[in-house]
Amino acid sequence: TGRLPNSKAGDGKPRLLLMGQRRSGKSSISSVVFHKLPPSETLYLETTTRIKKESMHSFMDFQVWDFPGHLDYFDPAFDVDNIFEEIGALIWVIDAQDEYLEAIMRLNTTILNLQHSYPNINVEVFVHKVDGLSEDYKGDTFRDIIQRVQDELSDHGYENAPVSFYQTSIYDHSIFEAFSKVIQKLIPQLPTLEALLNSLCSTCHIEKAYLFDIMSKIYIATDTSPTDIGSYEICSDYIDVVIDVSEIYGWDRPSENGDADLQETGNNDAESLITMERKGNNYLYLREINKYLALICLMGDDSPSEKKAVIDYNVGVFQAALKQVFPRAERDIVVQSPS
Amino acid sequence: MNTSKRQKQRKVLLMGKSGAGKSSMRSIVFSNYVAKDVRRLGATIDVEHSNIKFMGNLMLNLWDCGGQDGFVENYLTHQRAHVFSSVAVLIFVFDIESREFAADVISYSAIIRALSENSPTAAVFVLIHKMDLVQSRLRQQLFEERAEYIRQASEGFRDTVEFFPTSIWDQSLYKAWTQIIYYLIPNARGIEGLLRELAEVVDARELILYERTTCLMVTHVTRGAEGQNPFTDRFERISSILKTHKQSMAKHTGIPAGSANFAEMQIKTGRFMFFITRLTENTNLAASIPPSEQVFNAARVNIALVRPKFAELDIASKPRPAVQQA
Ligand SMILES: Nc1nc2c(ncn2[C@@H]2O[C@H](COP(=O)(O)OP(=O)(O)OP(=O)(O)O)[C@@H](O)[C@H]2O)c(=O)[nH]1
Ligand SMILES: Nc1nc2c(ncn2[C@@H]2O[C@H](COP(=O)(O)OP(=O)(O)O)[C@@H](O)[C@H]2O)c(=O)[nH]1
Ligand SMILES: [Mg+2]
Repeated sequence: TGRLPNSKAGDGKPRLLLMGQRRSGKSSISSVVFHKLPPSETLYLETTTRIKKESMHSFMDFQVWDFPGHLDYFDPAFDVDNIFEEIGALIWVIDAQDEYLEAIMRLNTTILNLQHSYPNINVEVFVHKVDGLSEDYKGDTFRDIIQRVQDELSDHGYENAPVSFYQTSIYDHSIFEAFSKVIQKLIPQLPTLEALLNSLCSTCHIEKAYLFDIMSKIYIATDTSPTDIGSYEICSDYIDVVIDVSEIYGWDRPSENGDADLQETGNNDAESLITMERKGNNYLYLREINKYLALICLMGDDSPSEKKAVIDYNVGVFQAALKQVFPRAERDIVVQSPS
Repeated sequence: MNTSKRQKQRKVLLMGKSGAGKSSMRSIVFSNYVAKDVRRLGATIDVEHSNIKFMGNLMLNLWDCGGQDGFVENYLTHQRAHVFSSVAVLIFVFDIESREFAADVISYSAIIRALSENSPTAAVFVLIHKMDLVQSRLRQQLFEERAEYIRQASEGFRDTVEFFPTSIWDQSLYKAWTQIIYYLIPNARGIEGLLRELAEVVDARELILYERTTCLMVTHVTRGAEGQNPFTDRFERISSILKTHKQSMAKHTGIPAGSANFAEMQIKTGRFMFFITRLTENTNLAASIPPSEQVFNAARVNIALVRPKFAELDIASKPRPAVQQA
């Protein structure tokens, strides 16, 4: 593959730090989101004892650092600068099914400590494991946590701290949706992407369009029409269908080895379409954009399902525009050509 | 004995100890439940009957027999003839976690005896269930040991009883039920023949016929190099993919799961092209073909053309003699 050789650490790759109390679910989150571990198997994960650094190679490279719960992040023995210097976001995980006062206290200490040297860090609080809670209790807990964090910060004279809150669980899509939002903040090209998607949606009567990172199923952008988690879930499940079927039938066929280049007129970018039986129900469209990204669209009632050529054309335009926005594809070429 | 209404009915007994997982699998295979929904199910009181229309002419008459001791006692005594006569298939479910395996087998034997008295030609399928609870490296061996032990207690069915390891948490459930259903489908051979001809005509690498509501495979035809496809469990995996997709669409659009059907699904890549489309009232056809737009389009047209032929098979056909008669 045409990956950049890993240059020395801290070459501008945004870093996501996962912090929080022991057993709050940090390793589970990172395994489920980035390694596709089935949620039920996180029960067998061992306690993290050292900082676990992982590099993710996707449309953009980033690192995820999973911290052991008991660490004192501001222990003098600890190289604070080295940790926080390149940071993209600090994700603080709070177990909503457990006592959370101490977690909040530590979170606040951390925020206040960081405020001096690194005031621009996004702090993202995941109120986690909400799957086990009743709707009422879930809402109350969430509000209570937000309140306590904000009160304490303003007691220390820190108003409007850049802290966001999410309710998450590894047993549903919420953790992916939260990660999507965290990552979107780190993409400088986001406004351009949104504009491109908006224009695609209006020319093709698309109801909702997402640009997905195929591997992680995080969406890195969507058009600016209102989002509901339902559409995200449909699209994310749809990627699974396409990936699963592609795995089953995309195996290395014996006859292909010899004359792989003579393959017929197949699409090189995978493409998929689902039409629903009942009139009036939306249909789904997927198009692989490059190695990392796929465009997934929920088509509206009046979108031209017969006029697929229109869609193909416009998606082609979108794809070309995206190449300009994202250096990634170019980088691949640069690396490949000298070899 | 022609195609009278009665003959299309197939009585299927679903038995096993209480808590073994009978109602769970029935709800998943036939009623659009997902695995985590089954926690809502209560113990089955006496027998729950359901009639499931399958492939047009086949009516499964499923008896989900509550497994608490008192009920079983009753099946074996007062209701013996009522329960065990004219049975086409007995599906017996063992819970792998049961602490009283020996006692479970004794109870199984008593049921087998009642069955052989009343329906000697019935087929017996034994499912060794909740295999997800066993560490994966121990599964195969444990399964084989249990199966052998149960076989010894199967009396007249000793040589014909079939065993499957199952779990509601993976596609093993589909694999087992596919075999059971295949056994019950009248005229499976005829369908297969027609499918093979079709595969030649459209130059498909593989054609798979799925029943629409359950997403269980009816039969398949594989040609050429596709026979070496390393994913030998792909038929039940696709069942499970289809079912999951259906549930996803139902959940997020608010359409009832029973009607969240797609008209067609296409996937085109540089290595293969694939589509699933409605074939008859009760079936979907999945086709994997070489990556070529021409072949793809021709295949879709040809499949549309053969629909009526398959529709005939779907509606009117003869029962498989082996099942009904001695
Ligand atoms: N781990 C695991 N649990 C299962 C599986 N299948 C069913 N269960 C659980 O087993 C329990 C009993 O399931 P039921 O389907 O109600 O059992 P039943 O055989 O119908 O019981 P009776 O109606 O009393 O005869 C439920 O709590 C299910 O969640 C499985 O494959 N794996
Ligand atoms: N119910 C529930 N349990 C979770 C969730 N996420 C993680 N867990 C469980 O929480 C426990 C601790 O998780 P782990 O990732 O090891 O925590 P860490 O010490 O913060 O890395 C494990 O048993 C997980 O299965 C969740 O969303 N819901
Ligand atoms: Mg039951």
